Amino acid sequence: MNEQVQAVQTAPAKPETAPLDAARARRDFPIFSRRVHDRPLVFLDSAASAQKPGAVIDAVRHCYEAEYANVHRGVYWLSERATEAFEGVRKTVAGFINAADEREIVFVRGTTEAINLIAHSFGRYSLAPGDEIVISAMEHHSNIVPWQILRDEIGVKLIIAPINDDGELMMEAFAELLGPRTKLVAITHVSNALGSIVDVGEIVRLAHEAGARVLIDGAQAVPHLGVDVRELDCDFYAFSGHKLYGPSAIGVLYAKAELLESMPPYQSGGDMILSVSFDKTEYNAIPYKFEAGTPNIAGTIGLGAAIDYVGALGLPAIAAHEQDLLDYATARLKEIDGLRLIGTARDKASVVSFTLADVHAHDIGTVLDRQGIAVRTGHHCALPVMERFGVPATVRASFGLYNTRDDVDALIGGLAKVREIFG
Amino acid sequence: MSELRDLYQEVILDHYRRPRNFGKSPLCNRQANGHNPLCGDKLTIYLLVKDGTVEEVTFDGAGCAISVASASLMTEMLKGLSVADARALFERFQGAMTGSGDGVDSLEDLDKLAVLSGVREFPVRVKCATLAWHTFRAALDDSDDTVVTE
Repeated sequence: MNEQVQAVQTAPAKPETAPLDAARARRDFPIFSRRVHDRPLVFLDSAASAQKPGAVIDAVRHCYEAEYANVHRGVYWLSERATEAFEGVRKTVAGFINAADEREIVFVRGTTEAINLIAHSFGRYSLAPGDEIVISAMEHHSNIVPWQILRDEIGVKLIIAPINDDGELMMEAFAELLGPRTKLVAITHVSNALGSIVDVGEIVRLAHEAGARVLIDGAQAVPHLGVDVRELDCDFYAFSGHKLYGPSAIGVLYAKAELLESMPPYQSGGDMILSVSFDKTEYNAIPYKFEAGTPNIAGTIGLGAAIDYVGALGLPAIAAHEQDLLDYATARLKEIDGLRLIGTARDKASVVSFTLADVHAHDIGTVLDRQGIAVRTGHHCALPVMERFGVPATVRASFGLYNTRDDVDALIGGLAKVREIFG
Repeated sequence: MSELRDLYQEVILDHYRRPRNFGKSPLCNRQANGHNPLCGDKLTIYLLVKDGTVEEVTFDGAGCAISVASASLMTEMLKGLSVADARALFERFQGAMTGSGDGVDSLEDLDKLAVLSGVREFPVRVKCATLAWHTFRAALDDSDDTVVTE
């Protein structure tokens, strides 16, 4: 993890040692000035979607107020300006994940669309009946269902790599699942339900040895870890803007250029073509071949602002701060009678998932909500994980750069109230 | 915070911890499944309907305090009613809980179901309270489709 954290320097001016002043960063987020049920907002659901700093909100506003026109189309000044800003973000993203070439950055709606793109384009194009796709037992539904559809459509096999009782991927068991028929490994970088960080570098190494391509679901990883796609040597990497403090409905698919070149389009329409006649259509170059239609222009601008914002604070500083919150929260939660932590991997992102005695997660969520505390309750779009741990649902608290130990204390106090009501 | 006390009244917690008429009835001749995907509640309602009367109502499954307590209270209310009266009670409960219907009933008029009145202050939880009732109606109709609240 440290290697990865150090691998990307998005904020060259910031020494790595400068700690994050979370209380100050929190003031960058206008939402924290509001109250919920007449209490200060304690937001512990950043793993679902993060709040937005003023810099992102301003960038979106500025786009609409001063620089908005369709991109890649007009010869007029405003369209040129919008295109420049839009394409500038592609450069920013490429730098953020250290892609070799900005043509390897495809803008999509989010991680889900990125995975669907790979399933539809790469999957249908290069997989044959009997080929095997390996995923893990802790995938989000978005990295399960597209492969099931592909399985039912073209007859590929879906193979599930197991996790242990701590919620860690069992690497040896994973290695044994790889074989000559393995064509794709699609795996999460950080589990959304458990917080476990997967050693995706090792996954890529093993998969490539077996001749398989690797898709990494980075939705939960990108806000916490520095990601270097070249060091990982992954073939595909997908993430969403909204978990990275950016707007929703904008995300990124990174793919190696030669793969994008060889893959057929996913959606078709305007912008993805060079020429169209009724006989024949010539596709545009990458990445535009995969960006049919007018894109999410303002969302893309907002994503660029989010990456700049996170870069200025420094991901290593954010990661260190979140690790402190995770350690503190874990220690305090363990003091509570009847509390069971679900997901105790050694390498974890700042997510704590738990159950409390016989109180249902939904009831805990309601009691916490009335105290202004927002947590996620339910199955976290990862039903197979819930089944693996034999629970119908968990409470999940996740921490972002703006959370402080006070938020953890509020959660602990909120859980005391749950015990008071439920006895 | 008093709304929380109104929501989680002692009676509710008692029915959650010690649900009445819990478990599959060996005599049942109709059943249906209910699922609330939001919180994962899953209930099965078992009925013995004979000569136009709901002679037996039991349930099993797992869910939040509101859904389990509501199911438990429901079984107590429905047992022995004619099918017509049971359907009418469903309508009255549903109407009182969601504020729809003719507005004549309030939960307070529905005997022991009054303890569920606190749920109305928590709109996202209303589905938890009505899940068992929708599932009961599906069982009456002998529907094979799982009732889904969402």
